Amino acid sequence: MLKHRFGRRFASIVASLLAAPAALADWELNMPRGVTQITNEVYDLHMLIFWICVVIGIGVFGVMFYSIVFHTKKKNPNPAKFSHSTAAEVIWTAIPIVILVAMAFPAAKTLVAIEDAGNPDMTVKVTGYQWKWHYEYLEEDVEFFSSLASDSNMARQLGSAVDPASVDNYLLDVDNPLVVPVNTKVRILLTANDVIHAWWVPELSGKRDAIPGFVNQLWFSADKTGTYRGQCAELCGYDHGFMPIVVIVKEEADYLAWLGEQGVEDPSRFARKNLNQDTEAVAVEAAAR
Amino acid sequence: MTTDVAHDHDHHDDHGPEKGIKRWIFATNHKDIGTMYLLFSLAMFMIGGFMAMIIRLELFQPGLQFIDPGFYNSMVTMHALIMVFGAVMPATVGLANWMVPLMIGAPDMALPRMNNWSFWLLPVAFTILISTLFMPGGAPAAGWTMYPPIVLQTGPAFPFMVLAVHVMGVSSIMGSINIIVTVLNMRTPGMSMLKMPLFVWTWLITAYLLILAIPVLAGAVTMLLTDHYAATSFFNAAGGGDPVMFQHIFWFFGHPEVYIMILPAFGIVSEIIPTFARKKLFGYSSMVYATASIAFLSFIVWAHHMFTVGMPLAGELFFMFSTMMIAVPTGVKVFNWVATMWKGSMTFETPMLFALAFVFLFTIGGFSGLMLAITPVDFQYHDTYFVVAHFHYVLVPGAVFAIMAGVYYWLPKWTGNKLNETQGKWHFWVAAISINVTFFPQHFLGLAGMPRRIPDYAVQFTDFNVISSIGAFAFGLSNLMFIYNIWANARGGEKATDRVWDGARGLEWTLPSPAPYHSFETPPEMELDDEAEWESSRYAEPSSS
Repeated sequence: MLKHRFGRRFASIVASLLAAPAALADWELNMPRGVTQITNEVYDLHMLIFWICVVIGIGVFGVMFYSIVFHTKKKNPNPAKFSHSTAAEVIWTAIPIVILVAMAFPAAKTLVAIEDAGNPDMTVKVTGYQWKWHYEYLEEDVEFFSSLASDSNMARQLGSAVDPASVDNYLLDVDNPLVVPVNTKVRILLTANDVIHAWWVPELSGKRDAIPGFVNQLWFSADKTGTYRGQCAELCGYDHGFMPIVVIVKEEADYLAWLGEQGVEDPSRFARKNLNQDTEAVAVEAAAR
Repeated sequence: MTTDVAHDHDHHDDHGPEKGIKRWIFATNHKDIGTMYLLFSLAMFMIGGFMAMIIRLELFQPGLQFIDPGFYNSMVTMHALIMVFGAVMPATVGLANWMVPLMIGAPDMALPRMNNWSFWLLPVAFTILISTLFMPGGAPAAGWTMYPPIVLQTGPAFPFMVLAVHVMGVSSIMGSINIIVTVLNMRTPGMSMLKMPLFVWTWLITAYLLILAIPVLAGAVTMLLTDHYAATSFFNAAGGGDPVMFQHIFWFFGHPEVYIMILPAFGIVSEIIPTFARKKLFGYSSMVYATASIAFLSFIVWAHHMFTVGMPLAGELFFMFSTMMIAVPTGVKVFNWVATMWKGSMTFETPMLFALAFVFLFTIGGFSGLMLAITPVDFQYHDTYFVVAHFHYVLVPGAVFAIMAGVYYWLPKWTGNKLNETQGKWHFWVAAISINVTFFPQHFLGLAGMPRRIPDYAVQFTDFNVISSIGAFAFGLSNLMFIYNIWANARGGEKATDRVWDGARGLEWTLPSPAPYHSFETPPEMELDDEAEWESSRYAEPSSS
């Protein structure tokens, strides 16, 4: 019986392997550019340091392979006698320092921008649980849990006969996604209820740890509407691989409509301010200052 | 037999090894202990490798086919603990035990009984660690980094994991003390510090790293223990502690630990490349200074492993810049190796092939390390397969290939038999190709967003995981060739000369092959003129055999 099941499983793996190139042709090689200014800057930094490495690599490996081909016992029976050269050593210490200093400036600049989470337009408090996320819109009366979508959850069980390829967005779909408006500085306050988790949606921002007893923050401002997916990125126990993150970025009007669906009858100052519809709220805000 | 050969050459009235099992249990001979270290590490390498095979089997296809996520996490954790503490570190200690006395012209290690004790603690530690697999609740599953609070959810295995780490640590510290005492006190007259072979230098520095770093780990795991059982709150925010503090303490140990694994590898490669290029090592003193600089920097870069915990901006900038600095001395080393090859007279025997693959593939791991140093980009790379690819490049075709290179290089000196080059080259090519098939695609997986330490993944990651798993199975099998080659060489073959490799220089090659059970009972002569012509040897000519 066991043997039989094992055989079937193996056969299905072989079958899916054969089918794989056609069905799952997704040979993604590089980091996504993402949809925020920061993720674009990060992408550029990534490519810059990558090309620096490629150029250095071509130089070093070029010399090495030239040597491997031409400086063999056959072609060069009498090895050279030199064993140091102060000039060469100074040069190949100095050049990397210059390259690194040049690299440090843009990297530091982007880092400073990433860490500037001040003056957000709205704030969502995100709490990691084993193994789901909890979202709380601090300015609104909206909060909910967000867990792995049920079709993924069925398919991912050990020995389920469901082919993951038949599930839409396998492991990257949730029951209740986070919804935010486009072109809005969204601050995410991160904490956790039990163990350390990490919140990561590559196209919106880098990851940041959600640590029990502490509050971390990150921010993003999406340039484009759409659905963006990510996963927990810190080992958090048994189902660490099964607590995805989905963020839907909507137009502001759609976002307000969504808030309405959540039962928010009177969207906060922020939501109205952003639409520039309620001058009263703006006045109240000004008075408060 | 072996003893007879020794008598022929040395004419000391030394005694041979004890007979039977006592030779090993009560071993005080550095060669016996070195052999035990190496065989132990090979056994751990196979056990840890088998766990890697289980991991790659589960990741072969999306969906969970074979193991549940809890066991998967245990495999990830145990694979790392066994490979780091059971395979790589004991292998380099074994090489040090065998080779340091031979290279510095000492009769044995300075503290032979402590040597015995530091070896025999290892099987104890790993018996404890591996036994956790059979405990209720399973083996530790919180990752080898043992971060609280998750590690405190470990079941009955928890105290055993802590105890195993302590015992390993005691073993490492005693091994390090032994190496430091030996190197500082037992060099043959005329071998000043700056005439020591590079392998001895890198191990001396590694030993200091171990003594500084291991107690920090011991402190960290002890605090975990009291948090768990004695209601302390070192790492518990609810009691006024901080889980991030553990990460700082752990990585203050953990980053030097990375260099503990790689510095001896640098030393091995620095011995092998000059031999087969038939040319002196380029920039000997800059190699020593670079090693020392790397060792120093390794203590001030730890937080680059934890950029995402939310440090102050100043901290992130400091750790980014200090980490980038490591590229400078590491670059000096790579440039020196390439300059050693330049205008050399190279041949490509098995040890040289592994050493060249080391330089090439370790440098690729170094490049991805430089990329990871850039903090804003690290926020994307962190905890993805890009990191997995990076550290496996520096540890497998890095440290492990260097160890294999060292084993092939010194094996004829240990067994007295020439290496079978055909077998060795088969092993090399299968290993070198399969390791790249395994780990190169993982860069792509990480960049495309696949987190590490997950047992199942979204279907767009399937193709590269299939390739990676196939490469891993091939690499796993290639290690059977490694074992076979060692076994075949130990059993017999063409007799090796004393020098073994015609470009080899150094005191170890002045001894007969196999090296007699007791060597250098009187300090050997060493040519004092360091600048002597390379082809006329830096050291004493070997006696012909």
